[in-house]
Amino acid sequence: MHMHKYEKIWLFFGIGSLFVFLAVLGVGAFAQGTQPPSCLTTIDPEKVDQTPPFDKPGLVKTGENEYQLNIVASAFAYTPNQVEIPKGAKVTINVATKDVIHGFEMAGTNVNMMVEPGYVSSYTQTFDKVGEYVILCNEYCGAGHHLMTAKVKVVEQ
Amino acid sequence: MMNGTWKVDARDGKLAMAHIYVAFVALALGGLAGLLQVLVRSGKFELPAGISYYTILTTHGVLLGLVLTTFFIIGFQFAAVSRTAGTLSDRVRFWGWIGFWLMTIGTAITAFYILIGEASVLYTFYAPLQAHAGFYIGLTLVVVGSWISGFAMFAHYAKWKKAHPGQVSPLLTFMSVVNMVLWLVCSLGVAATVLFQLIPWSLGYVDRINVLVSRTLFWYFGHPLVYFWLLPAYMIWYAIIPKIIGGKMFSDSLARMSFILFLIFSIPVGFHHQLVEPGIDPAWKYLQVVLTFMVVIPSLMTAFSMFATFEMYGRSKGATGLFGWLRKLPWGDARFFAPFIGMLFFIPAGAGGLVNASHQLNQVVHNTIWVTGHFHLTLATTVVLTFFGGAYWLIPHLTGRVMTKAMNRLAIIQTIVWSIGMIFMSSAMHFAGLLGAPRRSAFSTYGDAPQALEWIPYQIAQAVGGTILFIGIILVLIIVTNLAFFAPKGETEFPVAEVAEQAERTPLVFENWKLWIGIAVVLILIAYTVPFIDMIQNAPPGSKGFKLW
Repeated sequence: MHMHKYEKIWLFFGIGSLFVFLAVLGVGAFAQGTQPPSCLTTIDPEKVDQTPPFDKPGLVKTGENEYQLNIVASAFAYTPNQVEIPKGAKVTINVATKDVIHGFEMAGTNVNMMVEPGYVSSYTQTFDKVGEYVILCNEYCGAGHHLMTAKVKVVEQ
Repeated sequence: MMNGTWKVDARDGKLAMAHIYVAFVALALGGLAGLLQVLVRSGKFELPAGISYYTILTTHGVLLGLVLTTFFIIGFQFAAVSRTAGTLSDRVRFWGWIGFWLMTIGTAITAFYILIGEASVLYTFYAPLQAHAGFYIGLTLVVVGSWISGFAMFAHYAKWKKAHPGQVSPLLTFMSVVNMVLWLVCSLGVAATVLFQLIPWSLGYVDRINVLVSRTLFWYFGHPLVYFWLLPAYMIWYAIIPKIIGGKMFSDSLARMSFILFLIFSIPVGFHHQLVEPGIDPAWKYLQVVLTFMVVIPSLMTAFSMFATFEMYGRSKGATGLFGWLRKLPWGDARFFAPFIGMLFFIPAGAGGLVNASHQLNQVVHNTIWVTGHFHLTLATTVVLTFFGGAYWLIPHLTGRVMTKAMNRLAIIQTIVWSIGMIFMSSAMHFAGLLGAPRRSAFSTYGDAPQALEWIPYQIAQAVGGTILFIGIILVLIIVTNLAFFAPKGETEFPVAEVAEQAERTPLVFENWKLWIGIAVVLILIAYTVPFIDMIQNAPPGSKGFKLW
């Protein structure tokens, strides 16, 4: 099919930059390991409280400067809802829900995931800056959705 | 080609107008809900009488996202196929009316359950939040009604093809068929989850539901849905605007090619709405991200075509210099001005969309109010302003009236009011979203968190913008009411553009439906089969229903 010369140039650069962009995303994902949270671990949503590590939610030290933060989400609260993290800690955050779908967003960081019944949501983040971060539910979960929140303090070691 | 004085048959016009009335009633009520939302979210206002923010939010989403769009689109397309492929047969029109009534009754049932507070599940109705079965049944009727109307359009197209063997079908008819095929293929997903999962579960026939399967079926539908909204706007841009400005269409075949590309690449992309959820392997997410971005190609083609049309017209009127042709465009004609402003808004809207669908960037904005800001540019500005611009000639054409100069001026003002309101509201949403403010949430300071307090000025800006937009809604309702009932009697043209002389003949291959639908199905199977089997094989125990509002 005939195309105007200018349209060919336009599409050549447009499609060219599109593929460069997709390559950047692909290299980021597969070569550098920057994938969106996709834990794939399943859990019985009615037995979250009995299933480790969610039977004892909270911050657990797992190594030199490495931690696990296990959080249970339910309408309309996170357990625990106050956490202190030492500055520089590399924290793997695991979240599971006991009822409906919730969000888990730590404003001001890249921690942002869906929490769905039956699955563990997980993401690892290093906290280099001292400060207070608000965690909030960003997926509608019912009448108290906007009250579902928790707080993380990153403190000097 | 039929042109000039061709008029849509009065009986077909009645069918189209019925759809358009429902669409604008939905705009009025849904717009009011939107106004209440931005006011609540400013923190300065509370809803009276214990009305829930989330009931209002569900109403807003269902009425504007599903009802306004679907009714306007089907009404417009019935008029378009009648105008370009000839008057509908009695049978086609009969089924069109059946479709209309099913959709209308379905909407009424769904609206009833939302308003009595039995279905505050938002328009995405994610399980395991469980609405009253009536909510799902009403939505099913809407979808089934739209299918019937789609098949009525297919039958009309088939009749035209039979009467004109070996000929290329009229462009607007072809485009309507593409859009209804797209709609049909994608709405199978939402129909599957509603019929086989949500209805039996909400009626108590089954106890538990597979949440991830339900969400995946929903998003198999949810993204192509936005192209179902967008393609009628593209119809107006490609096939009608050139005639309104007095020019010619740049190329008929490129227009068809871009529609076919949309058909192929719109559907196997739902995972980009599910990028941050736990149950899907990231490699499959990435594959669908790549497929998502393929729709950039037809959008680039559309942008080129539109501006080529504008420039060709301007130069034919003696414009010189690099941008002299801009001055020759009919800025005082609302039928051109409103859709043109819609096109301009599509530039930042598209750029924001690239961010949303990116494998990693999505995490920064997912479920923040940035996303709300995004689709208030795409749907609530680009598409809606184009529909308004379409209504300004379509309604008087169908009702046998003419738009007065005063109404045209009001429509220009309406477009400007809309733009100002949207710049306030959408920009504030984008910025607040980047700071972390969530979407779909009533006013909250999250325990007076310092971060959340920073969002409040943006939320006030949203309220200012939203209020201006509501004024815009009042203005368009005044114009539409005038055009439907009070404007002076007369003849208004249904503009249909002709192709430029230098454009090449359109090949018939674009109507090889087996080929294109076949490719679309293959891509869907590639993108979904393995992850879908995974979801079922590795499924966690299902979820009981919850009513948490």
